[in-house]
Amino acid sequence: MILLAQVPGFRGNQTSLNPVGPAAAHIEHTFSEMFWITTAVFCLVMIAIVIAVARRRHSLDDIPDPQPTGEASDRRATQAVGAAMFITVALLFVMLISSFRTSRALGAMNNDQALTINVYGHQWWWEVEYPNDNEPYKIVETANEIHVPVGVPIRIHGTSRDVIHSFWAPNVQGKRDLMPGYETEVMMQIDQPGRWRGQCAEYCGEQHAHMSFFFVAEPLKQFEQWMNAQAQTSSAATNAQTQHGQQVFLTHACVMCHTIRGTTAGARVGPDLTHLASRSTIAAGELPNSIGNLAGWILNPQSIKPGCRMPPNQISGSDLQDLLAYLETLR
Amino acid sequence: MRASYMVASFAATVLIMMLACKREQRVFDPGSAGSQMADSVALNEVHAGGTVAPPTAAQYQESAYAVSEGKRLYVAFNCVGCHAHGGGAIGPALMDAEWIYGSHPEQIYSDIVQGRPNGMPSYAGRIPDYQVWELVAYVRSMSGQLPADVAPSRSDEMPVAKAEQARPTEHPSDEYPQKVERAKP
Repeated sequence: MILLAQVPGFRGNQTSLNPVGPAAAHIEHTFSEMFWITTAVFCLVMIAIVIAVARRRHSLDDIPDPQPTGEASDRRATQAVGAAMFITVALLFVMLISSFRTSRALGAMNNDQALTINVYGHQWWWEVEYPNDNEPYKIVETANEIHVPVGVPIRIHGTSRDVIHSFWAPNVQGKRDLMPGYETEVMMQIDQPGRWRGQCAEYCGEQHAHMSFFFVAEPLKQFEQWMNAQAQTSSAATNAQTQHGQQVFLTHACVMCHTIRGTTAGARVGPDLTHLASRSTIAAGELPNSIGNLAGWILNPQSIKPGCRMPPNQISGSDLQDLLAYLETLR
Repeated sequence: MRASYMVASFAATVLIMMLACKREQRVFDPGSAGSQMADSVALNEVHAGGTVAPPTAAQYQESAYAVSEGKRLYVAFNCVGCHAHGGGAIGPALMDAEWIYGSHPEQIYSDIVQGRPNGMPSYAGRIPDYQVWELVAYVRSMSGQLPADVAPSRSDEMPVAKAEQARPTEHPSDEYPQKVERAKP
């Protein structure tokens, strides 16, 4: 697997062996250095063992005399062991310096002009917020899908809302633990447009394995269009079906946990659904965002993601159809 | 001699583990939506699996998981906004022995589902039935009505009061009637 990644043009997703930004490139460099050094040492040790065994092979019946030792052979042994120790310590220092340089380089990425994105870990999804101190009405809130412009330094500012999570998109940045009650920051930049998958990297409960997110890296212009669209309140329900769907949303359990900006739904327990239909997955990357999946998810999330915070809902067939039609308008 | 000790300690361990079972039992999937009850009324009498017994308060009051879920929902659904963490603010206190509409689980259930005059809204249809029962169980733990092995022992936030587990048991008058002293002749 690692050897495969050394092939030029390797395009793996969710692997640190295919860095798509400077932060990940530094980390990948250190990793490769350590990998090749330790591989070489491992091979040399194995070869030495094989040679030593092959040179002194004997049958069980013919037990050889102990190897004669003298002053000259003792001196040679001392020299060989001393040289091996010297090389070992030297290689350890090479790796230490490499690791130190990577840490320095990551620290030097700090940039006051960077685009700040707040990421909050929840059991079991990611709350994403684009703060805007000057124009608070333009704050963008979404979940599990982090749109970023290509080639722009980005600061991820994060914490946890419940237990310890860890934010890690291996192609993009190093792992960063999110602790409840402690705020942390990590710098990154993505140079290749695309969708880069990330995953919670600290066990956080039943559905830890199903807590993923995506970086969606796109050209600056496209990103700004996305930001402007996301900053809008939800589109108004225009026909009878979607209007009824909105009423279903507001009179059922949905409204206890979710926000749809532009309506009276303003609870902050679950993800913001103002632009739900613009996201490509639901339930933190668990399912593609299609009407059928959404219907199954609303009726019984516990059969899809047991233990998640969303309760099963009892909605009659026609109400559900209207609700889905309404949710589909939330672009 | 030693063997009998081992058998005895093994039996004791099994016994302790069996006791612990129920306390942490978690039922994530209460069944498909059609087989559930909405506000104690079955939506449809015809569904797979036959009729479902109405949830009893007891099964929630015996599960530490249900009570801690209730504690989470108490904050999530903003009960905290009016009742604070039990001490009361706009709404009445929940950690004392005074219950305007009764302290029995079924009474607390109706308070939440029906709402009450002067401020308590009705959550009918807004909170799934089993979550209402989890809230009921938690609300009762606030005044020490639940056994200590079920009531929450810690908070996720900075604690503002003693843990529910450590609270003294209050004696609501409808559950613990006061002795009426007869007039002396």
